[in-house]
Amino acid sequence: MPEIEVVEREFGELALNMGPQHPSTHGVLRLTLHLRGETVVRAIPGIGYLHRGVEKLSESLAYDQLAPVFERDDYLGPTANSLAYCLACERLAGISVPPRGAWVRTLVAELQRISSHLVWLGTLGLDLGGALGGGTTLYMYCFRERERILDFMETLTGTRFHTNFNLIGGARYDLSPEAAKAAVALADRADAMLSELHAMAGDSAVFRGRTEKVGVIPRELALQVGVTGPVLRASGVRFDVRRAAPYDAYPELEFDVPTRETGDALARYEVRMDEIAQSARIVRRIVDRLPPGPVFSRKPIKNPKATRIAAGEIHAAVESPRGELGVYLVADGTAFPYRLKINAPSFRNLQIVPHVAPGLLLADVIATLGSLDPVLGDVDR
Amino acid sequence: MPAADVVQALATAYGATEAPLGVAVPADRLIEALRALRDRHGYRYYVLSTAVDRGDDGFEIVHLVRNLDAGDDLAVRVALPKDVPEIDSAAPVYAGADWQEREVLDLFGVAFRHHPDPRRILMPDDYEGHPLRKDFAMDTPWGYRPATRDDAGKDA
Repeated sequence: MPEIEVVEREFGELALNMGPQHPSTHGVLRLTLHLRGETVVRAIPGIGYLHRGVEKLSESLAYDQLAPVFERDDYLGPTANSLAYCLACERLAGISVPPRGAWVRTLVAELQRISSHLVWLGTLGLDLGGALGGGTTLYMYCFRERERILDFMETLTGTRFHTNFNLIGGARYDLSPEAAKAAVALADRADAMLSELHAMAGDSAVFRGRTEKVGVIPRELALQVGVTGPVLRASGVRFDVRRAAPYDAYPELEFDVPTRETGDALARYEVRMDEIAQSARIVRRIVDRLPPGPVFSRKPIKNPKATRIAAGEIHAAVESPRGELGVYLVADGTAFPYRLKINAPSFRNLQIVPHVAPGLLLADVIATLGSLDPVLGDVDR
Repeated sequence: MPAADVVQALATAYGATEAPLGVAVPADRLIEALRALRDRHGYRYYVLSTAVDRGDDGFEIVHLVRNLDAGDDLAVRVALPKDVPEIDSAAPVYAGADWQEREVLDLFGVAFRHHPDPRRILMPDDYEGHPLRKDFAMDTPWGYRPATRDDAGKDA
């Protein structure tokens, strides 16, 4: 059992278990909070409640069977998981991806980034609750917009969440002209949607009061702990895998990497909102310049165990909605990975909690946690 | 790709040899090498640590660190014997190694000396065994046996 230090019963330190069944922990996160009054003295995260042993499982599934399994990890941005895995296999085995395949993969990834950020903002609204219209107002507006993206995913792939879109060597489905039109329509909504959401969140004095100067992560600490994605960029580090190690269509796309200097919950909010605008811009550009041709470079896969990857090691990463998602793959020449490690962004971001929580008010811990956007499926794998 | 001059510097100072994605260092020089990477070579950002079970050849611990300015990743690996897998923790050098090493401890049973909080992290605290080891029994009580590596190549 995690050790809980002796707790004075009267007027002293109080140990409070938040979770694993708690609506504001975004899944099954357990936080043991040591409180003095309403101020947190110490926070001990407990994870593993959603550990499904995906890394062990991947050692007994063939390469072509694995991409859909990984989509279950980060269930708000599923294709990012399978994309990192597919990139690792493609780079190690020297499998090419046709240009059109790479571009549609990027399009789906960016739309899912928008949809994931919308869930994040909606649930942050629920966490902050209270004066934000009980929180449900913001939540409903976010989910209304996300619904359109899910509908798009359904017309494109037949499924709304776990799209099984990425394959080693390309994409499973092609983008029809109608679907392309629908994607542009989604991107064109972004501006109106963002100003609506800003009016409810970022421009609201209540929202600012709950997030400004709350859960500040200084730049040095962010680097030391190795947080990633919007959390890192909100602390003033301009690092984005799409820029640093571009994959798929990103080398040919123009986009900005939004950053903020303050490192508080509000900065993380602003970074994510700016990212939505950038993702919309990327989607429009992709549809504009989508190259013709096939989307998949290999023959149809009939026997997954026939795919073998020569011995070698590789680390491939993508920028998932939550940050850098890496796959460390060790192949030994057989049809199964010898060792596969998923370096999950939520896992790395959650590590910051014990560092920033001391000194915060209990309610601010919830705001901080919400602004980190952990997905427990991604943390525990 | 790791910068050649960094590899060279690590080779002369800490007896490092070139290895996939970076360098391999002797177990007793690991912390010195990581400290040099962080302070002198600009690898200030911690990416991941993990382990690979090489069967009878023991374990391999991999630390991946990054130089954000140069955009360069470097893997530092250490070979550990199978019978006593024990190594110095990198957490005092890189705070980000804390949970990552706990995961290795949990799933591989590698002990980390001087780790600030050496507990299991994903599996229950009273769990026995280390699931990511290759010799971990995969036969389950209900008789289902997942495909294993020996099935590779057999037609579906």
